[in-house]
Amino acid sequence: MSFVQNFPFFSIILSLLCAVISFFLGARWAKRLTLFLLTSSIVLQSCILSFCFRNHISYAYMMGHYSAPWGNEIAAGILEPLFALLFAVVMLCSVLGGMHRMEQDVFPGKQNFYWIMVDLAHVSLMALCYTNDIFTGYVFIEICTIASCALLSIRESGRSLLAAVRYMIFALVGSGLFLIGVIFTYSVTGQLLFPQLYEAIGKLWAAGTYRFSMTVAIGLMVVGLAIKSGMFPFHFWMPDTYGRATPASSGILSGVVSKGYIFLLIKIIYRVIGIDIFTASGVQTLLLLFGIAGMIVGSVSAIFAKRLTTMVAFSSVAQIGYIYMGLGMGTQAALVAVFFQIFSHALTKPMLFLSAFQLSHASGGRQDFHSLHGAGHRHPVAGCTFTVGALSMVGIPIFAGFIPKLYFATSAFGLGWKTWPVLAALAISTILNVMYFLYTTILIWIPEEEGTHAHIRVKPQAGTVFPAVLLAGFNLLVGLQSAGLTTLFTQGMDLFCQ
Amino acid sequence: MLDKPKLDPEFSSIWTLWKNGQIDLTGSLRSPGHQDPASVKSVEKYRPRRDRSAFSHYVQKSNHLYNILATVLCVFFACLMLMTVANLPLYGDPNAPTVNEVAERYVEKGTEETGAVNTVAGMILDYRAFDTLGESFVLFTSVCAVTILMNLSSKRQHVKHTKESINYADDMIVRGVCRFLVPLIMVFGIYILLNGHLSPGGGFSGGAVLGAGLIIYAMVWGEEQASRIISARLIKTVVLCSLGFYCVAKSYSFFTGANHLHSIISPGTPGRILSAGLILPLNVAVGFVVCCTMYSFYMFFRRGKL
Repeated sequence: MSFVQNFPFFSIILSLLCAVISFFLGARWAKRLTLFLLTSSIVLQSCILSFCFRNHISYAYMMGHYSAPWGNEIAAGILEPLFALLFAVVMLCSVLGGMHRMEQDVFPGKQNFYWIMVDLAHVSLMALCYTNDIFTGYVFIEICTIASCALLSIRESGRSLLAAVRYMIFALVGSGLFLIGVIFTYSVTGQLLFPQLYEAIGKLWAAGTYRFSMTVAIGLMVVGLAIKSGMFPFHFWMPDTYGRATPASSGILSGVVSKGYIFLLIKIIYRVIGIDIFTASGVQTLLLLFGIAGMIVGSVSAIFAKRLTTMVAFSSVAQIGYIYMGLGMGTQAALVAVFFQIFSHALTKPMLFLSAFQLSHASGGRQDFHSLHGAGHRHPVAGCTFTVGALSMVGIPIFAGFIPKLYFATSAFGLGWKTWPVLAALAISTILNVMYFLYTTILIWIPEEEGTHAHIRVKPQAGTVFPAVLLAGFNLLVGLQSAGLTTLFTQGMDLFCQ
Repeated sequence: MLDKPKLDPEFSSIWTLWKNGQIDLTGSLRSPGHQDPASVKSVEKYRPRRDRSAFSHYVQKSNHLYNILATVLCVFFACLMLMTVANLPLYGDPNAPTVNEVAERYVEKGTEETGAVNTVAGMILDYRAFDTLGESFVLFTSVCAVTILMNLSSKRQHVKHTKESINYADDMIVRGVCRFLVPLIMVFGIYILLNGHLSPGGGFSGGAVLGAGLIIYAMVWGEEQASRIISARLIKTVVLCSLGFYCVAKSYSFFTGANHLHSIISPGTPGRILSAGLILPLNVAVGFVVCCTMYSFYMFFRRGKL
């Protein structure tokens, strides 16, 4: 076994240790420790990714002295480190970009807890990426839930506490349903590790026994994760959660936390249940329908939103809808589109939140569209990054958001009755996206000669602006060089669904 | 400046702006200052604030609907759960698919491989120690989250506690009983902790008993007295050492296990107090974390600080 293969385990243990040590440190050292952790995590994930890609392998890593059905395991192939890398990069960028603002929003005596929560969110995302055991998945879902509620409520303004309560209730309902699903699965199969579960479920399904409880278990696990990631009928926690948190938390929560749950869901669908049984259970069609509904409803709500960050948050509902629509389509090509969508959304949404907060800062802290008039001229860099994000969300070529839309559309053909709803939903949703994102972009670039905030000139601070610019760079990179990522995704899928 | 639209900013969405023609591509040609104030006012007239009585009427109506829908959903969910449970394999059925090699090895070889007579301890702290590591970090996370929410030590110090706590220490019966009871509870907790690999018990239950003992102490002799003996720094140190030890010790075990290296940890002779390798110290570590979690929850909710 090569030494590099230990790195997934190292990245998990390292962040656990950092969280515990930060408990004892002041805010300044806790911050340094977290930044060190995120940077080293990026290095570790890149090493694993290049190792797995060069040797074209996926492997299971025993956590302890006991092999597969008895002990815990984590597994890595190409997709797992790729998404872990994405999460680490996005977390680092949002933390760096929102750090300055966080120090104003959070009471000084509690800032070290903010960094502990970032560490814990990081470890749970790593574990969700690498886990090969469904119960380990549940344990780290719990950590992720508590950590993200704390990241939201640490701001201590009235609305963010309210939002945290609402988020907590939704998230706990989600984890509860997921847990019930896991318990049912375990009581039918007696297994917890992914490969053994896959085998046992396949056998039971072929024999036709316990089919009803298995269907309910699949439904509960999918619904639980769907609630936590904000699928359409369960999206009511989203606007306040994303819109009222401090910018760094908004970036983390919208960019990566929901994607961690979705990645676990993809793992469960393809490596535990198996795509054939998933299709046969009928849950897949439901995902497609709710995904399409979410695409439309999210965009319409965004048009009626009254604050900039709420609008950006509602557009997340639509973007998550795309992901669920792709999962509902169920083909390999659609799954590649889903991965692209996760990438483009994770890279774009934190950038939009960071720039939205800077734009509102340049408008006297106001978030309404009247005050934002001409904000792009007052804070040009934030205006540019917001424009890049808006164009990417709409799906203009050369930006990252274009690729998943193209792939969704091409993979929609040959799906029988599903083809036309998917194409129609893509078209309608794109038009709605254009309505609110491009109008907002135009609004911030219309110069305002004598408005209330016309005299404000914000001097962009390098530390605050650089992460958003970096994310914009990544966005363009994904948009222009999608061929490399496609190779990674298709090769990763081969290893993933073995 | 004065004739700038005075629309309540909280009441305009992109949709409203678009409908009122306040934003379009030619907008850059029009200075916002030169807008016709009359049109703006007429726009404002069409957007009355919500009528309070009508609003509450609708809220009541939708509350009814909400209650009915919630009941229907709950009944449906309960029926679904009951039907699923009826469809599960029977408990104790030897032909059930759950009776497989996993449970077999845990029961038959558990004591031999882990050194723990208590098979449950062997399962959670040796076979599946990574899950338990995660579980103890769930406790740690919740302590931090409660600290974020409840900690008043650094903020709002001027807020007076209006809650008059009953002083149990003056009560002869309570004081007399607790003087005997608290040490007994603590000793029993320590016994459960240390004997976790031999008999039912272990870190989670022992820690809960220890935490309950500390809470009774704090209730009877007052939170001030308790926090003088068990300071915030002490709790922090204990949590840091326990979780740090758990991480480091288990990392060694995971690393040697995954790389098929020789590990110096041996199961020892099952039945001895010093046996079962790492299970005993890990039980103690988990117990300390659980104890500190319970105690600090009590103190935060009671007093706002440790």
